[in-house]
This record gives sequence, structure tokens and C-alpha cells, in this order.
Amino acid sequence: MEPVILSCAELSTREINAALAALPDGASARVLEPRGRHNLAVGLSNRARIDIEGNAGYFIGGLGDGPDVVVHGFTGWSVGENLQAGSVRVEGNASECAGASSRGGTIVIEGDASSRAGISLKGGTILVGGNVGHMSGFMAQAGVMLIGGDAGDALGDSLYEAVIYVAGTIASLGSDARIEELTESDVRAVKALAELGGASFGHVQPENVTRVASARGLYNFDALKDQKY
Amino acid sequence: MCGIVGLHLKNPDLQPRLGELLTQMLEAMTTRGPDSAGIAVYADRDPAPAGNEAGPGPGQPGQHSQPGQELRYSLRSDETIDWDLLAKRIAAETGRDLRVEPLGSDSAVFVSSAAETSFLAAVRRAAPQVTVPGFGRSMVVVKDVGAPAAICARYGIPGWGGYQGIGHTRMATESAVTTAHSHPFAPAADLALVHNGSFSNYATVRGRLARQGIRCDTDNDSEVAARLVAARMAEGADLADGLRAVLKEMDGFFTLLVTTRTQFAVIRDSFACKPAVIAETPDYVAMASEYHALAGLPGITGARVFEPMPEEIHVWSR
Repeated sequence: MEPVILSCAELSTREINAALAALPDGASARVLEPRGRHNLAVGLSNRARIDIEGNAGYFIGGLGDGPDVVVHGFTGWSVGENLQAGSVRVEGNASECAGASSRGGTIVIEGDASSRAGISLKGGTILVGGNVGHMSGFMAQAGVMLIGGDAGDALGDSLYEAVIYVAGTIASLGSDARIEELTESDVRAVKALAELGGASFGHVQPENVTRVASARGLYNFDALKDQKY
Repeated sequence: MCGIVGLHLKNPDLQPRLGELLTQMLEAMTTRGPDSAGIAVYADRDPAPAGNEAGPGPGQPGQHSQPGQELRYSLRSDETIDWDLLAKRIAAETGRDLRVEPLGSDSAVFVSSAAETSFLAAVRRAAPQVTVPGFGRSMVVVKDVGAPAAICARYGIPGWGGYQGIGHTRMATESAVTTAHSHPFAPAADLALVHNGSFSNYATVRGRLARQGIRCDTDNDSEVAARLVAARMAEGADLADGLRAVLKEMDGFFTLLVTTRTQFAVIRDSFACKPAVIAETPDYVAMASEYHALAGLPGITGARVFEPMPEEIHVWSR
């Protein structure tokens, strides 16, 4: 089946999203000339394939529950925010808050992600081929992140049960985040994640990544801690 | 939320299009703040070509002008005013001839070689209802309440040429929606600042500046940052050091775009809470809150597009 062609030069964001939502499962669409447009391919629950042919704005593929969205360019803030299922792939870089609060599905950033990638992650998978900025994985509750490059300051601050794997260096760990020993099951998991990520993760050596998880020191309020309260 | 944009041209061939490009960028940011807007445009107005001018020295941008040098004052009045009559009174009071360039019905540019302080004092005495949104050798500032498209159309900004310009479209959070509270803030010659964000300790810093004899015109938080940068530069700091003073002395969220006669600078707060995108090509440096403001610029597909990191100071000079 030929892909449906939708151009941002001619259509409003609502018109594009309505047309995308009307696609039957298995259909595909190409969104042309995004020129930084926000909120494209948001809130879709079909199993369609959507190609965004250029640089896009904020919240691309957000709230998705099934579709596979590919951005052939870079994206602004909060790509794949609150993703439930399906995937969002960005072939360039992504700005801040990539995959924020996502509950499921897979977000792949082939380039770099900026600060706060995976903030409040609730079960999704976030794969970043390059670097991530400061405070990535902040308060991440569940799910997994693989960072192919380096992580900025305060990685995994106030982590709950999400796990972050880093192939490069870590500028600093956030409060209550700690480096843990890599197990065989971690290595298998990282290998599978790198394969899922594709060519941009070819440099990742699963047995050499760093595992970051919660030290769980903030799980319980300690009324006597340092007698400061 | 507010939207900020700026364009610093390297290729002189683009100069006739500066106003057109800046207007298009600012209009794209309307959704980030539709309550008021403003623009500062820099153009070479001296007979001497820009390349032959002396570099920043004693006449450094942000410092007081040389005696006898012509400055262009952007004047604005919400009440109907006879600009020619006002010009005669100010010329008489300062003892210097001045030229009037009309600018819409409510604004005018006065060109005078009077000393900056004596000119500004003469305006205050002759017409207290007239405000001076900005002044300098190269810079003209217009600002108003309303949406960017309407404001730019009213002043004919798309037809303006120049080598550098910045713009702001505002969604007020810290102070009232009036022309005086709109950006840019331009408290010293050829210095203009636009801000996306909010400062939290601006009253403290404003008090500190007041004790040094530096007065703010409004209760706006961004004006305090502009006054702080101007004060540091008047003491001899360069633009980057002036911006370091904001990082050090002011708390809050900010992406700032600040220009002088020769420089164009961007800085973000320690957490990078407010967005900023920069695009650079051999022809220009462009900055905006969001990429779609840059998407219509010529040659953007080949530009190096990046986001400045927290606390980084990016400066371009001509």
C-alpha cells in the first residue's frame, strides 16, 4: 500500500494528526516539510508507520499507543513523551526531556539527547546512540535506558527502579544513584537493547557498560538522619 | 513563556533583508507569548565603513559615548505629541542641533550629538510622558503591547535593513503588560537584552544597584538583569563578563540574548530550564527559543544547529 502523503506546508497540525489517526493498522504515511512543527503524530493508537521527513518540534510521537514513528531529522523537547507502546526513532539529535514519563514502547535517539532524557520514566525503553545531558533519568521509576555515549552531570538523580546503562563516561551521579556490578543478565539485556537500537549502537560493548541504579537510600524518610530535621 | 529571536549577519548581502527575516522569526514565536513584543535593530549609519572602525577600546559598547558623537534615541509616547516641537525644545536645551526621523504615529528617532545624560535629562524635563526605549550609535528599539505581527507591520520592520537584530514576544509572569515592561531592555548605548524566563532575586539585586545610584524605570525582573550587565560594562567588563555577573548574582530561569554594537551573545541558566536553539552558517548566526522560528531562514538546511549548554556563554563579534 502506498504511503499517505501529508504536508505541513498545506495542513494544520490538527488536520495532520486527524489524518494519521484515521490510518488503518499496517498503513503508512509520510509527513513532509515539518520545519520544526510541534505535536506531530501525537496520541495515535493504530499500528501505522509514520515517517516525518525533516526536523520537527516538541512532543513528537507523544502519548503514542502503537504506531512506529521515524523522524528523519532532529526533534525539539519531549519527543515520545508519555509513550505507551510502539516506537519513536529520531535519526538526528533530540532536545531536552526525550521520552519523559513514557510507560512503554521504545524511543531511539540515534544522535545525542539533551538534558533530562528519560525524566520520570515509568516503564519505557530509551536508547540514545550518543551523549545525554545533565539530570538524565531523573526520578525514573521503571524501564531502562541505554546511553551509547557519555552522560552529563547528576545522572539518575533520585532514581527508583529504572536501570541506566552507560557505554561512555559519566560526568557525575545524582543523589541516591550508584554504580552496580554488571551481571550476565545485564550483558544479555544490553546486547539485545543495542541490537534493537541498530547501527548507531554498533560501538557498544555490552560487557563494558556501566550499570547505574538506585541505592534506595531515599526510599524511606529517616527522621534521625544527621539530626538535621 | 516568552519567545526570543536574534539574527547576526556575517554576509553584508543579507543586510537589506534583516527586518524581513527578523519579523518572520518573531511571528513564528507568537504562540510563546502574544501579549507584547519588541525589537532592536542595528544598522551601520556612520559614513565610515564598518571595517575601518577602531575596535572596542575606550568607546566600548555599553559605555558612555564620546563627546560630540551622534547618538540615535528611540522615543515613544502613548499621548499624541508634536515631535518637531519637542525636538526644538530639546535642541535649545542641549545647545545641539537634532534631526527627527518619524517612526509610526507614536514614536520617533531623534539624532543628536548632545551628551547622553544631558539629552535624556532634557527629554525628562520637556516631555515626562515620553519614554526612551533605547539609544545608541547603531541601534533603534521599538516595543509595544500586542502581537508581533501587528507591531512589526505598524512600524514597517520588514523594510528595515541592518547587520543585527533581536526580538522578543512576551507572556508576562513577573510584572504588568505595558510598553515599558516589554523587551528589549536597552539601558545603555547600543546595549539590548531580551529574556525568556523569570528571575527570583531581582528585588535584592535591584536594591543593590540602587545603592550604587543605578535606577530601574520599571519593576520588571528582566530590566534588572539588563541594568546589571550595563553597570558591569560601564565599569570596564566586556559583554561575556557582564553576563557572568548575571550568572553569579541573579537566581532564576533564563535564556538571555544580549547585543552590543559589535557583539551578539547567548547565555542559559545553570539548569538550562528555558529553551534556546542556535543556527550558524557562513552568512549568519541565528538564535531562537524554538527551531521553527529558524526554519524559514535562507540556507538553514545546511546550518550547524545546536543548543547552548547550561552556563555556556556564546559570543559572536563583527
